[in-house]
Amino acid sequence: MARMKLKELESHLQQVEEFDEPKILLEQYPTRPHIAACMIHTIASTYGDIEDRSILDLGCGCGVLSIGSVMLGAGHVTGVDIDVSALDTAQQNIEDFDIDNVDLVNLDVREVDNVLRRGLFDVAIMNPPFGTKHNKGLDMLFLEKGLKLASRAVYSLHKTSTREHVLKKAESWGAKPQVLAELRYDLPSTYKHHKKASVDIQVDFIRFEVPR
Amino acid sequence: MKLLTHNMLTSKNMKTVTTGYPLIIQARDVKVMEVEFRAEFISRMIPKIDWECLCRAAEDLGHLNDLPKSVPDNYENDEDFLKKAHHVMLEVEVINGDLICPESSRKFPVTDGIPNMLLNEDEI
Repeated sequence: MARMKLKELESHLQQVEEFDEPKILLEQYPTRPHIAACMIHTIASTYGDIEDRSILDLGCGCGVLSIGSVMLGAGHVTGVDIDVSALDTAQQNIEDFDIDNVDLVNLDVREVDNVLRRGLFDVAIMNPPFGTKHNKGLDMLFLEKGLKLASRAVYSLHKTSTREHVLKKAESWGAKPQVLAELRYDLPSTYKHHKKASVDIQVDFIRFEVPR
Repeated sequence: MKLLTHNMLTSKNMKTVTTGYPLIIQARDVKVMEVEFRAEFISRMIPKIDWECLCRAAEDLGHLNDLPKSVPDNYENDEDFLKKAHHVMLEVEVINGDLICPESSRKFPVTDGIPNMLLNEDEI
């Protein structure tokens, strides 16, 4: 299954339905199909961290990373999100793709490591809110929780402009960070306040090895 | 919500709760479906889950069948056992119902297969 080509995965993920009415305060942007495909494909083929693994999708939104993981042979994916309407969209996507090994849980990332018992996930994957609107540092909270729940590695996206801070923080937590790629995240105008047709953000795709 | 997911959930996010595990299932609708069997995944997952909790939950839902109460030695090579574990972990789903905290009796609703573990402000 990890043999599915990157382009093929990307084209499947283009069919994933996005947020009906994205909420600004939760910083809801769908993970672009080319970014999601690049992430999942790398995690699977370079690190063997998808096939037959137990995966946590932190802040799963519409479920694009979860669906991508299943397509490349994940054992089971647990997708969690604070927003029930995002989860409803994810649920619809899961049904449309005829997927049967993703479960969704409505919870707050601040409490995720109390709600979910430890030691049950090999890997945590995420495209966290970058922490712009009123949520400064939220991506670091997502990362911190991911590191507590995953036993092998956490894979995440962070703004390239914050790289130094992210790497330093991760190291202080005992995680071994590695920037795998720099990606251009093209965000099409999602909210009314976006003046341009689309905005490009430079993001780092980072692998954090969990301290043993 | 599959029983594998139920195995992961606690109500320990509540400030008055010490362990909050296992959550008691009160199911209204249960679905059984066929899920592709992946021996490697099931084999890896078994040592990580709480086997007793899994059996108890399966029993409460009437799906225990002949699942052994304890994990046999050499389970990794026992395909028969792995298939039974797979069935209980992944093929039995609670669609609607409640999960009840064993300490506080607080109910967490499961709707359309999705458990809602969000707390009110005074419970955190």
